[in-house]
Amino acid sequence: MATETKVLNCINCPLSCELTATVEDGVVTNVTGNFCPRGAQYAKEELTAPTRMLTSTVRVKGGRLPLIPVVSAKKLPKGRVVECAEALRSVSVAAPVHVGDVVAANILGLGVDIVASRDMEAV
Amino acid sequence: MSELYDVIIVGGGPAGLTAALSAQQNGAKKILVLERDREPGGILQQCVHNGFGLHHFKEELTGPGYAQRCYDLVKDLPEVEILVDTMVLEVRKDKTVRAVSPTRGVMELHGKSVVLTMGCRERTRGAIRIPGTRPAGVYTAGAAQRMVNMEGYIPGRKIVILGSGDIGLIMARRMSLEGCKVQAVLEICPFSNGLTRNIVQCLNDYDIPLHLSHTIVAIHGKDRVTGVTVAKVDEKSRPIPGTEFEIDCDTVLLSVGLIPENELSRGLGLQMHPLTSGPIVDQRRETSEPGIFAAGNVVHVHDLVDFVSDEAEIAGKFAAKAALGAGGGAARDLAVTTGENIRTCVPQHLRLGAETESVRLFMRVTQPLRGKLKLKVESGGEEVFSKPLMIAKPSEMIAVDLPEAKVGALTSDLTVSLTEGN
Repeated sequence: MATETKVLNCINCPLSCELTATVEDGVVTNVTGNFCPRGAQYAKEELTAPTRMLTSTVRVKGGRLPLIPVVSAKKLPKGRVVECAEALRSVSVAAPVHVGDVVAANILGLGVDIVASRDMEAV
Repeated sequence: MSELYDVIIVGGGPAGLTAALSAQQNGAKKILVLERDREPGGILQQCVHNGFGLHHFKEELTGPGYAQRCYDLVKDLPEVEILVDTMVLEVRKDKTVRAVSPTRGVMELHGKSVVLTMGCRERTRGAIRIPGTRPAGVYTAGAAQRMVNMEGYIPGRKIVILGSGDIGLIMARRMSLEGCKVQAVLEICPFSNGLTRNIVQCLNDYDIPLHLSHTIVAIHGKDRVTGVTVAKVDEKSRPIPGTEFEIDCDTVLLSVGLIPENELSRGLGLQMHPLTSGPIVDQRRETSEPGIFAAGNVVHVHDLVDFVSDEAEIAGKFAAKAALGAGGGAARDLAVTTGENIRTCVPQHLRLGAETESVRLFMRVTQPLRGKLKLKVESGGEEVFSKPLMIAKPSEMIAVDLPEAKVGALTSDLTVSLTEGN
């Protein structure tokens, strides 16, 4: 049985807990150093199927400002984040937009919506 | 506009908006927030990344999302008026506020109390004296962030970032997501000044090299930046001859620190602290001038907006109380001084009366420490409070709460220190 120890930093919150994970045959069996349960969950995901939130901006037509900030409603597979950001460059929405409105549904077929992270009034 | 306000708040960012809400909740009837930008929300509007609000709103928000929350909580309150596009020119000791806006011209406003929440601004190339030519393409990271996230422009394609503070790290990822190539992040200190989570998700995720103990010794280019010369520095931050190398780039972003924006405070003659560069405040966030309060980055640069909001709640509450004539009555004025390994502590003193409440102390350490650490608060040579810590970094503010019972019993000056071992 192959056992290895991996050290990584949790990215869930600014505490950035330093985690030590024990990995046996590709399965995370133990995590220490986390102040909260999210740290253990993070280590398990990060070492098997890492995910990230995506934040970016898209163009808005007829709004008070030219851009509106957006965020993925859930975490995306880490390896697809850059592709998603590229896809957002051709997206544009019409004002008014409200916080939480979907600006790109089911991006790249990943099952995650990209939503507005603020209101944008029309002018 | 000649009426008398209970509380006038200078700055409509997260600190100002939260102070307005807190003042309203504590009985103030006429509250005015003055914001110089085109909309409320402050710098958060351009911080489109997430990670805000975990403490204060108990959920993870983006910067604009956090600003929206703060604004939504006050926008429909009849007691709160917000003026945008309004620049405050002067605050006087009698709480007269002179401001100007394109639609209203010059205004002279009167408050019973004033809360200063002007935030901070970035240090520039001039502040760190980088030699070389003066081509286009050198921006502060925050200016570039506003261009990319709010105005819709890309400042350049091939980028070198000087300084590993959080804004620099966040911009490294942001530029990468917009298809730019971030060549390197350089940090003059032997440690990063940003949160570890940002090193992981902003640099490591995008394979961006971080060169610690390195700085830019020359910027090249005539009309536009063409590259930089980088050198390793010694323990006194002096470039080491012979270690220079070149990096090709068209843009240099500077993330080299923030300065509390205190022209108005200095104009008022407030007592300032040399290390925080902000006004000296007591636990109510009252400055050296009675009835003038301050909170957020104008007092000391925070790393978490959540703590800015916490501080603004305090300032707004006591500004309202002062306006309603319910403040004061401080019998003891105790200094809070910094001991071993602590660089700054806010508040710098406690003014305690008959009524006491728990007091939160915000501290920054002088250097990174890890292991068995003990944060200690002493009063009159005796330990009154302690907290074990495992890790302390200059980039991460430490907050501890002195319980009400302990605060009530204090009679002499306090010293806070962080010691290794027991």
